[in-house]
Amino acid sequence: MTLVASALAVLLLSGFASLALGRKSFAAVVAVGGAVAAAALGIIPATMCLAGAAPVSIAVPWSVPGGAFHIGLDPLSSIFAVVILAVSALSAMYGAGYLQGHSSAASTGPHWFFYNALTASMLVVVTAQNAVLFLVAWECMALSSFFLVTFHNEHADVRKAGWIYLVASHMATAFLIFLFAVLGSRAGSFEFADWTSTPPAAGALFLVALIGFGAKAGIVPLHVWLPQAHPAAPSHVSAVMSGVMIKTGIYGLLRVTGFLGAPEAWWGYVLVAVGISSGILGVLFALAQHDIKRLLAYHSVENIGIIILGMGLGLVGISKGNSVLAVLGFSGAILHVVNHAIFKSLLFMGAGSVVRATGIRDIDSLGGLLKSLPWTAAMFFIGAAAISALPPLNGFVSEFLIFIGALSGFSLAHASVSLASCAAVASLALIGGLAAACFAKAFGMTFLGEPRSPLAHDPREAGPAMLAPMAVLSLACAAIGLLPAQAMALVSRAAAHLALASPVDAADALKWASFPLSAVSAVAFALFALVALLAAVRLVILSKRPVDHGLTWDCGYAKPTARMQYTSSSFAQPLTSLFRPLLQTHTKGGEPTGVFPGHTTFSTDTPDVFENSMFKPVFLAVAKVAALVRSFQHGRIHVYILYIVLALLVLLFWKLG
Amino acid sequence: MTMLASIALVLLVLSNIRLLGGSRLGTLIQTVAIQGVILAFLPLFAHPGGGLNYELLAMAAATGLIKGLVLPRMLTRAVRDVQVRREVEPIVGYSTSLLVGLAALAVSAYLGWKLSPAEPAVSPLLVPVAIFTVLVGLFLIMTRRKALTQVVGYLVFENGIYTFGVSLAYRQPLLVELSVLLDVFVGVFVMGIIVFHIQREFDHIDADKLSLLRDGESQEEHQ
Amino acid sequence: MAAIILLIFAPLLAGVINRAKAFFAGRTGQPLLQVYFDIAKLLRKGVVYSRTTTWVFRAGPIVSLAAVLCAACMIPLGGVRALMSFPGDFILVAYLLGLARFMTVLAALDTGSAFEGMGASREVQFAALTEPALLLALISIGSATGDWSLHEMFAVVNAHAWAAHGAVLAMATVALLAVLLVENSRVPFDDPNTHLELTMIHEVMVLDHSGPDLAFIEFGASVKFAMFAALLSGLIVPVRTGLAWVDASAALAGLFAVAVVAGVIESCMARLRILRVPQMLVAASVLAGVAILVALAQGVAP
Repeated sequence: MTLVASALAVLLLSGFASLALGRKSFAAVVAVGGAVAAAALGIIPATMCLAGAAPVSIAVPWSVPGGAFHIGLDPLSSIFAVVILAVSALSAMYGAGYLQGHSSAASTGPHWFFYNALTASMLVVVTAQNAVLFLVAWECMALSSFFLVTFHNEHADVRKAGWIYLVASHMATAFLIFLFAVLGSRAGSFEFADWTSTPPAAGALFLVALIGFGAKAGIVPLHVWLPQAHPAAPSHVSAVMSGVMIKTGIYGLLRVTGFLGAPEAWWGYVLVAVGISSGILGVLFALAQHDIKRLLAYHSVENIGIIILGMGLGLVGISKGNSVLAVLGFSGAILHVVNHAIFKSLLFMGAGSVVRATGIRDIDSLGGLLKSLPWTAAMFFIGAAAISALPPLNGFVSEFLIFIGALSGFSLAHASVSLASCAAVASLALIGGLAAACFAKAFGMTFLGEPRSPLAHDPREAGPAMLAPMAVLSLACAAIGLLPAQAMALVSRAAAHLALASPVDAADALKWASFPLSAVSAVAFALFALVALLAAVRLVILSKRPVDHGLTWDCGYAKPTARMQYTSSSFAQPLTSLFRPLLQTHTKGGEPTGVFPGHTTFSTDTPDVFENSMFKPVFLAVAKVAALVRSFQHGRIHVYILYIVLALLVLLFWKLG
Repeated sequence: MTMLASIALVLLVLSNIRLLGGSRLGTLIQTVAIQGVILAFLPLFAHPGGGLNYELLAMAAATGLIKGLVLPRMLTRAVRDVQVRREVEPIVGYSTSLLVGLAALAVSAYLGWKLSPAEPAVSPLLVPVAIFTVLVGLFLIMTRRKALTQVVGYLVFENGIYTFGVSLAYRQPLLVELSVLLDVFVGVFVMGIIVFHIQREFDHIDADKLSLLRDGESQEEHQ
Repeated sequence: MAAIILLIFAPLLAGVINRAKAFFAGRTGQPLLQVYFDIAKLLRKGVVYSRTTTWVFRAGPIVSLAAVLCAACMIPLGGVRALMSFPGDFILVAYLLGLARFMTVLAALDTGSAFEGMGASREVQFAALTEPALLLALISIGSATGDWSLHEMFAVVNAHAWAAHGAVLAMATVALLAVLLVENSRVPFDDPNTHLELTMIHEVMVLDHSGPDLAFIEFGASVKFAMFAALLSGLIVPVRTGLAWVDASAALAGLFAVAVVAGVIESCMARLRILRVPQMLVAASVLAGVAILVALAQGVAP
């Protein structure tokens, strides 16, 4: 445990050091070195805990009432800690390359300070054993990420995104403070270890937790900050935020559900419904986007939906006494947390390299980048296939666990469980198909074909500092995909603990999964072997035959140009128009008309429906009320003193009178 | 008998799905007619004792005659008179309607099993299918623009209630059933006449444009 | 075992479809073995690559065929055992087919052709809607038979199962037939023989492939058809005697029957308007959903 504490110390010290170094280029080296060293230190105890070591903790008294600096590692914390440390270190390495030659005059020292502060606070959040410490770390996390998002604060839209993020975070935190206050005051202690008895109105508290943590995780309809903040941040920050920071919401929900006693079936059904709607709406909105980072941000909403769906099945399993469903649901959810962290940070890094090389985020203007960015393209391809849940990569493994969990819940004895399972399977299939469509679009339109618009300068491949972290993440995608049983073994302890399963039941559930998983791995290896075999066959055949190069078949049209290619918007159009009632895409311009059509323009834009029709009216109303209160505030100091005196008197009378 | 009843109920579900996905008025009316025939047979299959009596047979005959023959005939004639072939631009699209239908089916299955009647139902499908049919009827009324399609929705809605009644059919006095049938008959008759007249006055039968009739607003808008 | 039969007979099925169509059109038609000849010929030819294309275009046919072949290993043929079977194998099958499609689509986009982009765009739309239909249809069979691996699911579809769960199995059959037609780009969803690139879906995506690459694609397409035909044959031919050769020949007959049915549908039906296709696919999912609910309802029966 001292290793975790020293990891925290290294993070903070290197952060302060780079803050002090400020503008010097050495600042980045110190900060990145700190992040990597902290990862090396912190991952050791966490891996030991995952491998079966007993949970450990360290407690230091703290002067804050109810608080104690009490951190500990159990299997659940360890998984999140490993993911947080690994992804943060890799993204820091990438970020050092990404910010190199960064044109803005702003000093990067503070940026790196907040970066390491974010990593440290996330580490404390997932290891905290004390509610007050948890909340403090949670708040540090929100604030440091706010400063990271607003790195390019010379742009107005970045500032706006930052404010939306800050407001959303704090409204969510308000729910959490309420939740922890209720739980703490009832137990008479803010130590997590003391929260053992079932609180009254556990269902209501569960909903409060779902809102508070769900807003951080980005469930629909509380996701509105996410597609704003992630594209605004620099790419390595987006990778950390989308890859791991939103997962602290999942961690919180998993942890707090454990404090609420035996779950009721309807909690699970609520999570299944929330997961399905987040998953489907997230991927649909992603399809309609043409800003590559915004598209990736909406995919985070989708993947959070899949994770919540797995959790929901797990809770249903607990409440119905179906331990196979419970263990597999939670395993799938946790493994998907890990997988999503891997491929989503990989994808954000790939998108970052594209943006850095071209200065363009609009997929409609890109194309043909595979030739100039071969490595970035290859690794973005792996990430795209993984997030589309295609075998033999890791995304498939976690979804497969949720799938077979759902199948195990499918029994004629429990019709309502079966309905939930059935809905889960059908929507996972739909989400998978839509995600594959979306990433065929994102990869195909960015990297394949011909450039759709002239670029200011020739794009240059990213340097090794940016490619190496991406390579590590790509290998992780393939490794989990090829060895799913081993990946399952890492998460199964945490899942069995969450599923409240006895060792016998847990072993039973694992047995249910182990045969299919080893079969999946066999097929994955067979697939690689077959690909190699067929490639060899093709080489042998072609070695004796002519291989010519020509133009793409133009269907008889004499002068095809690059602008005639399908764009990302036209590629997605059949699906977006099919789901028009949900997306409410705005179109501008129209089709050319007449015999000799003149110039015409056409553009589509899909703003967030929830932001515009749900939150905007509420906030406008709040602003209206706030405007009334404004008349109390006119800047004259003596009137303020009067307010203070009045407030004091009222309080005194209320208390004494 | 349970087997036959189940098959009839499954057919009823499928006909409802066809109603949700169909745009031609002719198809819709034909489907409602098929529903009428299915409903005519349902009480015969659903009779728990298995024995048939004259009351039941008479009811089946009346149902089949009115729901399967007379009402569809009237609607077909109305279609011919007002020269509207298909429902253009429903408020909710056909694919979405089908998905809503699936969700409605899941909901009605859930509710149907929760509602599990005190007496053993003829088929476990009966109550869910009845609820589903009612929901589909209401959905059609809510989301289609043409008055004729709404009449179809109304008929489907009534078919659902009828199905629900079948679960108690052997108890229920014949009189109640027949009076329900009569109600529908009169209702459709009146609606048919009204639709015809509206069409003659305004050249269209879009129900959502009827709101234009308020307070002397202009009715210049033709389709 | 089933996989070997499928791989051997797959190109023959395409010949059967073409013969069935020729019969309806009053023509003699091509030889039954035409697809074998085509593949053999293509394997002996050289290739032409567009200068726009990259390694993605070259990898497309290879990975697609490999994925389809892996998927074929998990398909049983009626009572004939699949090469491998485990609970939930049909999910892996569906996603392997997804991988094949993903690679085909990317290879199409790699050419930079507007037509191929259009085909790819339609393909992903239909695929996204077909996947739920496929899984729901298989689950409905599973919920009637109580097993979750394709082999065990289909091993018990005998006359008795049809008597007990006739409605469920019939609806699953119809949904699976719709999935078969759309996954294999057949009328009424797509027309394999159309002449206009604008109206193609699958064919337009592979316009630029030639030589051995095209041979891989053709073979992959026929194996894919054989896989779905095998599933349907397992449903419509409820012969499970336990005698290997009886089961195998019955299932094989079913396989050809499915091919004939596809040919007959192709001869009698017009192609759907492209806007109607999603609706039909949703209808197939809904049908499969109804089948599951009916299976559940029968299970809840007092």
